[in-house]
Amino acid sequence: MPKDGGIGASSKRREDIRFLTGVGNYTDDINLRGQAHVFFLRSDVAHGTLSNVDTSAAESMPGVVKIFTGADFEAIGGIPCGWQITDRHGQPMQEPKHPVLAHGKVRHVGEPIAAVVAETLAQARDAAEAIVVDIDDLPAVVNMKDAVKEGATKVHDDLTSNLCYDWGFVEENKDAVNKAFEEAAHVTTLELVNNRLVANPMEPRVAVGDYARGTGDHTLYTTSQNPHVIRLLMGAFVLGIPEHKLRVVAPDVGGGFGTKIFHYQEEAFCTFAAKACNRPVKWTSSRTEAFMSDAHGRDHVTKIELALDAQNNFMAIRTDTYANMGAYLSTFAPSVPTWLHGTLMAGNYKTPLIYVNVKAVFTNTVPVDAYRGAGRPEATYQLERLVDKAAHELKIDPIALRRQNFITEFPYATPVAVEYDTGDYIATMDKLEEMADHGGFAARRAASEAKGKLRGFGVNCYIEACGIAPSNLVGQLGARAGLYESATVRVNATGGLVVMTGSHSHGQGHETAFPQVIADMIGIPEDMIEIVHGDTANSPMGMGTYGSRSLAVGGSAMVRATEKIIAKAKKIASHLLEASEGDIELKDGAFSVAGTDKSVAWGDVTLAAYVPHNYPLEDLEPGLEETAFYDPSNFTYPSGAYACEVELDPETGHVAIERFWAADDFGNIVNPMIVTGQVHGGLAQGIGQALMENCAYDSDGQLLSASYMDYAMPRASDLPFYDVDHSCQTPCTHNPLGVKGCGEAGAIGSPPAVVNAVLDAMRSGGHDIAHIDMPVTPSRVWNAMNGQG
Amino acid sequence: MPQVKMTVNGKAASGEVEGRTLLVQFLREDQGLTGTHVGCDTSQCGACVVHVNGEAVKSCTMFAVEADGAEVATIEGQAAPDGTLNVIQQAFQDHHGLQCGFCTPGMVMSAAALLKDNPKPTEADVRHYLDGNICRCTGYHNIVKAIMAASGQDVGAIAAE
Repeated sequence: MPKDGGIGASSKRREDIRFLTGVGNYTDDINLRGQAHVFFLRSDVAHGTLSNVDTSAAESMPGVVKIFTGADFEAIGGIPCGWQITDRHGQPMQEPKHPVLAHGKVRHVGEPIAAVVAETLAQARDAAEAIVVDIDDLPAVVNMKDAVKEGATKVHDDLTSNLCYDWGFVEENKDAVNKAFEEAAHVTTLELVNNRLVANPMEPRVAVGDYARGTGDHTLYTTSQNPHVIRLLMGAFVLGIPEHKLRVVAPDVGGGFGTKIFHYQEEAFCTFAAKACNRPVKWTSSRTEAFMSDAHGRDHVTKIELALDAQNNFMAIRTDTYANMGAYLSTFAPSVPTWLHGTLMAGNYKTPLIYVNVKAVFTNTVPVDAYRGAGRPEATYQLERLVDKAAHELKIDPIALRRQNFITEFPYATPVAVEYDTGDYIATMDKLEEMADHGGFAARRAASEAKGKLRGFGVNCYIEACGIAPSNLVGQLGARAGLYESATVRVNATGGLVVMTGSHSHGQGHETAFPQVIADMIGIPEDMIEIVHGDTANSPMGMGTYGSRSLAVGGSAMVRATEKIIAKAKKIASHLLEASEGDIELKDGAFSVAGTDKSVAWGDVTLAAYVPHNYPLEDLEPGLEETAFYDPSNFTYPSGAYACEVELDPETGHVAIERFWAADDFGNIVNPMIVTGQVHGGLAQGIGQALMENCAYDSDGQLLSASYMDYAMPRASDLPFYDVDHSCQTPCTHNPLGVKGCGEAGAIGSPPAVVNAVLDAMRSGGHDIAHIDMPVTPSRVWNAMNGQG
Repeated sequence: MPQVKMTVNGKAASGEVEGRTLLVQFLREDQGLTGTHVGCDTSQCGACVVHVNGEAVKSCTMFAVEADGAEVATIEGQAAPDGTLNVIQQAFQDHHGLQCGFCTPGMVMSAAALLKDNPKPTEADVRHYLDGNICRCTGYHNIVKAIMAASGQDVGAIAAE
C-alpha cells in the first residue's frame, strides 16, 4: 500500500506550485533599483598574447558606466582551485593562476578580456564592439597527447609543461598488477574516448552584485548549487571580503548538474564591480556564452586492460587515462579524474589488483570539471565496456561473466582504497533480468529484422561513491574544504518548524522530501515543516548539493538537529507531565508517559518553550532551536544493473532506444516519485552522451558546438519511456536514514548499456566491431558498418 | 521609440519599446511577468513559449512591436484567479512532470497548444510536438505522461511514479 505521508510516500512536490504558475524566483528574475548591466568581451581565439586592450572609444559610448580590463584585477586574487592532487612522485600538481579578466594572454575561446558596465545590456554590448583588442595568435594546444609531448606549446608559460599531474593509484600495487598481466590466461584491451560534454542546465548562469556603501555589506545573487562555498572561495581567496560582510543568495536555480558548483569569474566580477560602480551590477549569460564559459565535463582518453585467469576470474585491471583540465583549474577539477574515478575502478567486481594512471593535461579549451557523476561515469564506462568486450572475446554470456565476478560479501574493501558497506549485486541483476524479459528478446529481434532493422541488447552494472564525503579522508586526499553539512531546526511557538539547510535544491525536491523525514520523526503533518535554503544569511555553514549528497549528508544533519529538538522537548514534556524524562515517549505528535494515559501535545510543549510560565527555567533555557553538523564516516555506495534495447537502421546508421530498464539499489527511499524522476533525468543525460551529445573543438581550438543548433541536446522524440525499479534496498549502514543517494546513478549507469546494445545489434547484422566511440551518431554507425571507421 | 499595446492574460498592457525589443523582454522586463524564461539564443529550447492570438509562439523570436494589438497569454494567466491549477498544470504536479521548473512554463504553454489542436494525442504525437521544448531534468518521461493524462487518457500502464 502506498503511504500517504512521511518516509516512503510519493508526496507531491510543494515547490511545483510556484514553478507551474510562473512565480518562481530565479536569479534573472531579480532586478535591483539602480542596477547596471555588464557585458563581457570574450576571446574569439584559443591562444594568444594580449598585447593591447584599447577601451578609449568605447568609454564615451552612450550609457557606459565603467569599463574594466585585466589590469583592474592585477591586485586581486585569482579564481582558486579547491583540490590539490599529489602526483606519483609525491609532488604537488602544477597550479596556474586563473585571472578574473585575462591579462597578458588569452587561453581559451570565451575567456573574458574586458567587461563593460552600462545602463542597459544593449548599450554594454554596443560599447564592447568599440573595444579594440590586439591578440598575437599562438599555436593552440587542443589534443591532450600532443600537449604533453616534448617541445609542445605551453598553455601557461610559468609552468614546466602542460602536464598538471601524473597520478598513480595505487602506486604500490603497480608491480603486482604488471605481474598478474604476465600470468594471465587472457587479456582484454580497450582504448576509448569519454566524450566531452556540456552540462546545459536550462537556466543559464546569472550573477547580480550589490553593495551597500553605508554598511560595507556585499550581496551576490547567483545561480549556484552551494552559496556558502561561493562565499568562502570568493570572499577569502579572490576579493578579500570577510564572510560576515558578504551574503550569497542562490534563489530558485534552474538545474545545475555540477556546472553550478564552481566559483566563476563573473560572480567575482559582479561583486567587485558593484562596489567600484557603487550600484548593483547584473550579468545574465546567453546560451552561447554558457557553452564557452560554463565548466565542461568528461573528456577522457583511456586505455584499459583486464587480466583474467583460465576460469574467467578477474585478476587485475590496468588503466592509462589522459584527462583534460582545459586552460585553467576549475574549482574541483583535479579531484574528478583521480579520487572520484580511480577509487571506483573496482566496480561491482572482486578484482584483487588494480592500477590506475591518470595524466591531467592543460589545453586551450574551457576548463573541465564535475558533470553529473563526475569521474564515476568515466570509470563505469571503461569497466563495463571492457567486461562486455572480454565476454565477447571469450565467447561467454556477458551477464554470466559479471555474475561470476560479483562482490558478494560486505563490507568489502576494494584494492582502490574504499570500503563498500552494503550492496547486493545479484539481487539487482536478478531484478533487471526479470524486468527486461530477456527471454522474449529473440522474438523482438526477429520482429525488427522483419522490418529490415537490427536489434541489440546491452547490459551493464554500476557502483558509485556518493554522499560526499568524510572530511578527514578528503583532507588527506587533497580537498581544501570539509564536506560535512549543517542544519538548523527552528521550532515556532505554535509547533510549526523551519529547517535551514546548507543543501541547495535546484530540482531535487528537498522542500518536499525533507519534511517527510521530520514528519515521521515527530508525528506531525508535513505542511507544518518548511525548508529554507540557498541564502548564507539564513542557514549555518553549508557545503551544498552535488555528489548525490543532499539526503545522505544534509538530511542526516537535519535528523541530528531534530533529535536534539526532540531531546529538549522531552525534558519540557517531562516537566509538564510531572514524570521522569526517561519515561517520556513521542508518538503521533504527542508526548506521553509510558504505561499511562497521561500525555501532552507537541504544540503545548512548543508553546511552553516560548511562553515559559510553567517551565524548568533553572535547568533549561527557553526556546526550541538546534543546529547540527553531520560529517559522514564513509561514502555511500548505490549500485545497480541497467539494460538497453536498441533498434538500428542499417540503411542510415540511426539508433533508436526502444527500451531502457534500470534496477537500482539506493538503500532506503524517502520519496519514490522523486527518486524515480531523478533516475529518469540521469538516464536521459547518459543516453544523450551515448548517442548524440558532443562538445567539439577544431584543431585551432575553436569551439564548434556553441549553440543548440550545434550541440545535440536529447529531445522528447529521442527517448523512450523508462522502466525504473528500486525495490532492491540494502540500507547504508553509517547514516541515520540508511539512504545512499540517487541523483547521478542514471547518468553513470546508462552509457555502457547503450553502446553494448549498439555493438550487439551490429554483430547480429554480421558486423563484428570491437568498439565504437560515443556519441554513437548515425554517421559513426554507418561508417563502422561499411568499413569506413 | 514605438509604443505597443496588447492584451496580456486578459489585461491591457502597453509600453514604449525599442524596435529591437523582443516580446519576451517586454513581458519580463516591462511587464514584470518573469514566468516566461529565456534558455537559449537560437529559438531551440522553448522556455519562452507563450500564446499570441491563440497560437504557441517562441517569444524570443518575435519583436514586441509585432505583437502590437495581439492577445497574449503567458504562464501567469493559466491558473484560475483563486490559484487553482488548470488541468495541464495539475497533471504536471500529479505526475512529477517538472524538477527545476525552468523549462516548465514553456512546456505547459506548448502542451496547451497541442491539446487544443489534438485533444487525444498519442505518445508519439506528444514527443514529436515537444521537439521545440528542451528539458534537461526529467528525461521527458513524466512530461509526456502528464500531457497524456491531462488529455483525459489513462496513463496507468506507463511505468510507475
